[in-house]
Order: sequence, then C-alpha cells, then structure tokens
Amino acid sequence: MKSQTKSAGQGAVRIHVALIGCNHRTAPVELRERAVFTPEQALCAADELRERGILEEAVVLSTCNRSELYGVPGEANPSAAEEMEDFFTSFHKIPRAEMHGSLYRSIGADAVRHLFRVAAGLDSMMLGEAEILGQLRGAYSQALDHGSTGPVLNRIFQGALEVGKRVRAETEVGSRPMSVALAGVKLAERVFGNLKGHSALIVGAGAVAEQVIEHLRNRGIGSLRVVNRSYEHAAVLARKMGGEAVKWESLEEVLGMPDILVASVGGTGAVLTRRMLDRAIAARHGRPVFVVDLGVPRNVADDAAGLYNLYLYNIDDLGEVVEQNKKARESEIPRAEALIAEHLAKFETWRAALEAASIVDDLREHFHKHRELVIREKLSEIKDVSPEERVRIAHITEELIERVLENPTQKLQHGRGLRGRLAGIEALRHLFGLDEEKD
Amino acid sequence: MAHHLGALSLALYGASFLCYARILYSPHLWLGRLASGLLAGGILLQYFDLLERSRWVHTVPYNDLYGSMSLFAWLLGITYLGLEIFHRQRSVGAFLTLLLVIWIALLGLLPRGDRPAPPPARGALFAFHVTLNTWAYAAFALSFVLSLIYLAQDRLLRSRRLGSPFWRFPALDVLDRMARSSVYVGLGALILGVALGLIWEHRLSGGYSWGDPKVIITLAILVAYIAYLRLSRSATWRGARAALLCALNFVVVLFSYTIVNLYFTKFHRYF
Repeated sequence: MKSQTKSAGQGAVRIHVALIGCNHRTAPVELRERAVFTPEQALCAADELRERGILEEAVVLSTCNRSELYGVPGEANPSAAEEMEDFFTSFHKIPRAEMHGSLYRSIGADAVRHLFRVAAGLDSMMLGEAEILGQLRGAYSQALDHGSTGPVLNRIFQGALEVGKRVRAETEVGSRPMSVALAGVKLAERVFGNLKGHSALIVGAGAVAEQVIEHLRNRGIGSLRVVNRSYEHAAVLARKMGGEAVKWESLEEVLGMPDILVASVGGTGAVLTRRMLDRAIAARHGRPVFVVDLGVPRNVADDAAGLYNLYLYNIDDLGEVVEQNKKARESEIPRAEALIAEHLAKFETWRAALEAASIVDDLREHFHKHRELVIREKLSEIKDVSPEERVRIAHITEELIERVLENPTQKLQHGRGLRGRLAGIEALRHLFGLDEEKD
Repeated sequence: MAHHLGALSLALYGASFLCYARILYSPHLWLGRLASGLLAGGILLQYFDLLERSRWVHTVPYNDLYGSMSLFAWLLGITYLGLEIFHRQRSVGAFLTLLLVIWIALLGLLPRGDRPAPPPARGALFAFHVTLNTWAYAAFALSFVLSLIYLAQDRLLRSRRLGSPFWRFPALDVLDRMARSSVYVGLGALILGVALGLIWEHRLSGGYSWGDPKVIITLAILVAYIAYLRLSRSATWRGARAALLCALNFVVVLFSYTIVNLYFTKFHRYF
C-alpha cells in the first residue's frame, strides 16, 4: 500500500482512480487510429506517466475501438486528470483542439464502473463481444509484468476480469452469435453438437464464406473442401484455410459428403437444386445436412427447404437470427449491470476499509499533536507539577484519545452500509481538516 | 416416517427442478451442480422411503399402483442422472425433474396399499423381474421426453424462431444419442426382466402364460423399440421421424403400465 495510499505519515489514505480515453462512440476511426498505443508504446506511456509524477500506477488499454489510460494519481496531484489529458494528446502528437469532445474522463467509482462495463462487453461496438476480455487481460498482464501497476489497479483489473467472466457465464449478453457467419456456424452446432470430426463443403469463395470457414476451423471441423468456378481461387482459399480444393465439375460428386454446406457463389442464382440436394442426402444415408446459403441471389433452390433432414438458412434468415440475438443480448443488460454493481460495491468496501483504517491513524496523530501542544502550553503556566504528575497527565490524555477514537473506529470498520462508512470518512476528513493539514 | 421422506424427496425434486429451469435461461456452473446434487438427494431420500415401504410389504414395493409408480419415479431419476453424467448434459434436467414432481405429486392422490405381498410374489427373482421391468419403463419414459425435446428443437430450427431455451437445449445429435442410450438401457432391462419373469413363472407353475395380455404387450414393446433402434439409423427414418416413433412407442408403454395392469392381465395385476 505504498503509492496511492500515503507517503509515510502524511495524511489519510485516499484511493483515487482516474481514467481518460476515447472510444468508437466519442471519436471517429480517423482519430482513433492516431490514438492507438502499440504494446511497446503502452509500456513507454505508463513509465512516462509515473516518471513525471502524474500517476503512481498506470495501465494503458488500447484496442481498435478504444484507447484508454487508467491510473492512480499521486496524493499531491489534484490536477492529474488534466495532466493525463495533456499527456494523451502530446504523446500522440494530436492537437488538443482536435481531440476536443472526443476524450472522456472519469474519476473514482465512475472510472472503475467504466472499466467493469468495458470488461463485460457493455461498452463494445458489438454488445457482449468476447475479444475485449482477452485484450483487457493482455493489457493488464503486460503492465503487471512491467511493474507499472500497484495494489489499486491490481484490485480493479482483477475485479474487471472477474466481472467479464461472470457476465458471460451468467447472462446472455455474450452468449448468442452476433454475426451472420458465426450465427451459421452456431446453428450448425445446434444440429451436430461438437463440430470436431464433422465435414464442411464451401461452394464459392465470398468474404463471408471465408469468415464461416474461420469459425469452423476454430471449432476443429474435421475436413474442409472448397469448390469454386475458378479452381485457382478455390485452391488459394483451401491452402489459406487448410482445406482441399475441388473442381467445379466435381460438385455433385462431393455434395453427399459434408455435414455442413456453405454456398456463397456471387450473382448466379440457384446453383444447388432440390434434386441435387435430395441425392446428396440419399448418399449420406439420410444423415442431416446443414446448409448456409450466403448468396444473393440465393444459391440454393427455395423448394429444397422442404427436404427431410435438410436445414436451410439463407442470408436473410441468418440476419433475422442475428437481430433476435441482438435484442436478447440487450434485454440482458440490466442483469449484467447488476453484476457490475455487485463488484463495484466489493471494490468500494475494500476502499472504505483501507481508508477507514488510515483515517483512524490520522485522527490519532491529529489528536496527539494537539494534546502535546495543549499540555506544553498549559503545563508551562503551572509551576509545581512533578515529573510523575506529568507522566500521569500524559497517560490520562492518551487514554482519553483512545476512548474517544474507540467508537468511530468500530463504526468505520464494522458499521453497516458502505455509503454510511464512506460518508463518515468524508465527514471526519472535513470536520477535522485532515486533508488541509496534510497539504 | 415414510410419509416425511416422500415429502422431503418431493421437495428436493422441486428445488432441483427450479435450479435446472434457471440454468436453461442463464447457465451457471454451480447452480447446475446444485441441481444435480438436489436431484441426487431426492433420489437418496426416495430410496429410504421405498426401503421403509419394502420392509412393511416384505418385498420391493410394486404390489400396488402407488408403490409401482413410486419405484418408477425413483428409477427414472436414477436413469436420468446416469445419462446426465454420461453425456455431460444438464439442459434436459428441467423437463425430467418437472415430470418427477408431477408424477410424485400425483402419487399423493393414490391410496397407499398396506397389504403385504402374497408369498408367491416375494423372493429375489420376482423382485428383480419387477424392478428391471419398471426400470425399463422408466428408461423408455426418459427416451420419450428426449424425443419430445428433439421434435421441439427440430421444429424451432425449421421455423427459425430461436428463443432463449433453443440455445440451451442439447444439439439434435446429442438428443438423438441420449434417447438411443436410454432405449438401450430400457431394452436391456426389459429383456433381462422378462427372462427372469419367465424363469420365476416356470418355477412356480411349470409352464409359461404366453397368452397373458401383459406378456403380449411386453413383447410388442420389445419389438417396437428394437424397430426404433434399427429405423433410427435408416436413411428415411433417421432424425425427426425416428424421434416421433420413439415418442409413440411410449404411448404403448403407458398403456401396458396402466390399463393392461389394471384391467386386462391376469398375472400382472396390482394386488
């Protein structure tokens, strides 16, 4: 508890957390790309912020959608947020006027809440996205290894990672697919379960098909074939994705093999007819086949949807699924916010406990100082006080101080209600002028 | 005492249902474990309830509809728990525990038979015969529930109305495998149970009552489920059709278990 708390004997522990940054909501991409911190720059910035005495602990979180500085300002630095803003703009050599309105800043509980919301994916462009949690873990681990964090940021970032995990495990905020490609793959999982050992055939080589292949690969799909009118294109994609290229003429031959069929042939209309798919299912001995039709116009004949054990989803169907999922995710926001509030309360309790312990010490110091002044002043006016009596007076006044402090100590450390405890700490600081005394 | 144990096991099944239902909407590892734990607790308490009754009637408590249904519910719980552990799949638990709760609540409406079983209906052989057959019925009931979920899931997938539970249900393939596992358990228990019944009957009377409606319908059930297992791997029946067949087979099981036992059979009536 060295840095953010108190420099030995100098006033009460006051835990401050400050945040400054910009994200996809406040800054256009042209500005965000100029405000990106590479991992090396992130460490360099954290070092500089600490060396200049602006912050005592620092973590930089930089992704394609946000650049944020989290820090714990020193006790003697009331204008830390202002200095962080100056640092942010000068570090990236962006004129301050240009960043005007794009940077946001928060302090105290608001900054912590912001970080928790980021970890939960509530502040992401795509609500509940999972990547941010990994990025946050990466940024924190790097700062931790580098030594730019301290007890406060450690506490907050570990809390944020826990919030992120809990929100994803206990709510639907991050559970349902939000992209057409992922929705197609997730739906296939609803038919086949684990995709390991299953096979897929990609007909065409569109951009979305490539995303589907990536998701399939991530799920350990057993075998992957790519068919395209241009064999070269098929070969390039197959090589890139670790699959096998098949000639267009062999399409019907290989149609009966895959469990998942992704059609993404541009501008041609129905490439796969009901008859072809019927044969394919027969060749599979009736085993189900999941077909994702990403083509516009559609690549799979409309009447094929009625085939037994064929599950057909076209681009509009998948779009509709994504839309449903978006609404479902949004409806889960209050539950995610409740989890965030729970963890924020935990942090505040920790903060209050630390501050309470410290303020009692400071009050004691404050009383002792005054006691000595009063004793010295008053005893100098009385001539005939023996050394024994002086010691006795010192003991009595010390006991008096301890008795006076007993009740507030109990109330501050074990009292019910976080708000009440925090308010008590603030009131003591104000009433006894502890901060002024320190300054 | 037995009444209290029965009520307590019902309460645990109810609590287990609430936990399973909760994880359908919001997955939570510990809540899932709690659901399984509560179910296991319910099964354990129901075991002691059955034990208490079996001491009173001097055999496994199957000698009236109440005892038989109670034994059925207990075996259904055990079979499900085994399948849940084997397939590592909890999302069916809500349906199963709901069935258990309704089933056991209905038991409360039935009179408890207090008469001990007659001497021929005692002994290990007879007890195993009835217990195994009841277990088979319980396993078929489980396959029935799984098949219904399969059909619902298939319908949702085709209609593209994918609500929250859709994403929590097991995949069609998993449901199919679970239903088949359950039918395998049921068939194994039924074949063994029938064989033990035949041995017991031969020892008792020196012959076999092939004409008894219960024997006939049990053989029909055997054939129906073997047909299901075969057809569920054929090109034209695989999938939803096989699930429908499995669900319909259970209607025959229910008929055998209730109507046949109560009104038709001579040797398999409740006492």
